[in-house]
Amino acid sequence: MFPMLRQIFRTGIVSEPAPDMDDALRATTQRLSEAMTHQLGRALVIRHIDAGSCNGCELEIHALGNPYYNLEAVGIKFAASPRHADLLLVTGPVAKNMEVAVKRAYDATPEPKLVVAVGDCGCTGGIFGESYASCGRVSNVIPVDVSIPGCPPTPLQLMQGILAAIAPARKTSDGA
Amino acid sequence: MQFLKQPVEFKALPDHAALTCAARVNTRELMAFCRAAHDAERRLVALWGSDERDRDAKFGFALHVAFDLAEGLVCLTLPLPTDDPVFPDLSLPFPAAERMQRAARDLVGISPDAGDLRPWLRHDNWPVDYFPLRRDTPDKQFETKNEDYAFVRVEGDGVHEIAVGPIHAGIIEPGHFRFSAMGESVLRLEERLGWKHKGIERRFVGMGLADGAKLAGRVSGDSTVAYAWAYCQAAEAICGAMPPPRAIWLRALLLERERITNHLGDLGYLGNDVALAFGLMQFMRLKEDWIRLSAQLFGHRLMMDRIIPGGVAVDLDAAGAQAINDQCQALEHELRTLKSIYNEHAGLQDRFLTTGRVTPQLAKRLGVIGLIGRASAQWWDLRCNHPCEPYDLLEPKIATERNGDVAARALVRFAEIGESLRLIRKIIVEMPLGIIHSELRSEPDKRGFGWIEAWRGDVLVALETGSDGKIRRCHCHDPSWQNWPALEHAAIDNIVPDFPLINKSFNLSYSGQDL
Repeated sequence: MFPMLRQIFRTGIVSEPAPDMDDALRATTQRLSEAMTHQLGRALVIRHIDAGSCNGCELEIHALGNPYYNLEAVGIKFAASPRHADLLLVTGPVAKNMEVAVKRAYDATPEPKLVVAVGDCGCTGGIFGESYASCGRVSNVIPVDVSIPGCPPTPLQLMQGILAAIAPARKTSDGA
Repeated sequence: MQFLKQPVEFKALPDHAALTCAARVNTRELMAFCRAAHDAERRLVALWGSDERDRDAKFGFALHVAFDLAEGLVCLTLPLPTDDPVFPDLSLPFPAAERMQRAARDLVGISPDAGDLRPWLRHDNWPVDYFPLRRDTPDKQFETKNEDYAFVRVEGDGVHEIAVGPIHAGIIEPGHFRFSAMGESVLRLEERLGWKHKGIERRFVGMGLADGAKLAGRVSGDSTVAYAWAYCQAAEAICGAMPPPRAIWLRALLLERERITNHLGDLGYLGNDVALAFGLMQFMRLKEDWIRLSAQLFGHRLMMDRIIPGGVAVDLDAAGAQAINDQCQALEHELRTLKSIYNEHAGLQDRFLTTGRVTPQLAKRLGVIGLIGRASAQWWDLRCNHPCEPYDLLEPKIATERNGDVAARALVRFAEIGESLRLIRKIIVEMPLGIIHSELRSEPDKRGFGWIEAWRGDVLVALETGSDGKIRRCHCHDPSWQNWPALEHAAIDNIVPDFPLINKSFNLSYSGQDL
């Protein structure tokens, strides 16, 4: 026990402040009402779905949980079931073999639900494109709210995109 | 050139990093060679098919089988007739061949004459007579269906089935596991993979050699460096050009960094799976430090697209070398502390020891390779058995264990991080100066192989150009093909709740085998 405590003490707290959201990553205008986003705050539960990625994006999503990015400290956590989730984080081009599973997971997620497509493949189909085996980008299969490009996107870019998904709709400059 | 006292005349392929030979055989010669290779305790590296009808009307298709012999890599090609492309089942001497045969059947439409004939990569989402790797198959999309797969049923009083996946409960890749359990204890595990099949091999066809490197680097993202290097070896053999010496040393530096990146992550997750969150957080911190330096020095956190045909895309300056050296020293120190904590943590050891055992005998029978093989006393490591430059000068030490349990696989990872740290320091000191890239020109109708020890095991890339100098066929083989079947055995007689731990200790690639 003592060596463990000593190591924890020596390591200290390495967590870094979370980045701001990046509104440019939004694929659609915010569908959730202001009351809803206010209610949600940053207490968000994510279900990750790998729809056919090369697993590069998964490595960076994993990194969100490391002590540097410390996603849970922002109030965001990952759930084991889509039934417990507010947001689906989908990576990869959607492989044909995964299409049914992705649609079922989407249907199983309670409303109001958000979808974030991750990586160049999730946003456009990427290097794998569309074929007999690939449906291409995530929005070809389920509606997408935010797209985070990158091959793979860095943990900071992922956080900016996830935060954009739950940010209130931007007011236009004339206040409308 | 002949091997294993078999009357098959091989031709050595020029410009390869290690001895690579190829021969055309008939069915009888192939079977005799397989038996001889099995008796000599050599192993099957990969098996794949191709469509050659446009080249030779007489024989239409081809089966390719690659073996690891004491001398190097050999590839046997068996021509198959257009009207009845059937080959002898090789899964008896080499059990690992079974799923590869099923994949070749799904993609090329060549079939073994016996054994398991269920589809593997095809999940009923394209028609049974649509063969994506036949040259006259058009691009097409089909309606997806919900496949009813014929799992093997275990029957008896009190036996129940647990179906898991394709979407798993964590941040991991999709696959389906069907457990037949009696109470808590696993009687049988059957894997159903192929969910991530995204048509990579068809995608390669018609690509230029430079573009192909990017795609090869995305077969399995966690092994991007190894795939890119293996692909580039193959491409360089086709072009008849060796990359500059400094580029080869830089490639080894990137490969060892990739090995450490993944091993650090695995050691953290192994701690997490036995409820030692401390281990996860410590190792994830070390991994992030490691990745950040990769990003700073090489411009990409996972080092994707840094290895390109003809050399590498980034050089290392003196300040960078110093930073790497300092980081190696710091990591070595931290590892010593964490290893002693893992060693002395009773709860962790209780869960690790004897869990998910693959005995050396079983590992040998199944042809288990790479890291998982080494934890079960299988001495396969290309860096030691067939060292390409610069490993011939670095003299890496192989790390093995005999117990074949989760604890052994953790120990091999600790040992390999230590050895890779030594190699990295040596590379930095001994790396020759000079240019890091030379131009390549693709040659038509040539064949090249690349073979690299990734962190999981050896990756093989078999590349072929057409008459236009573009890619005609590119087969990428992941070591996970050999090791997935061993996971089915490792789970037997363990309790279901230990499966995530066993699975993590294997940490196989889904994407790499689904292609």
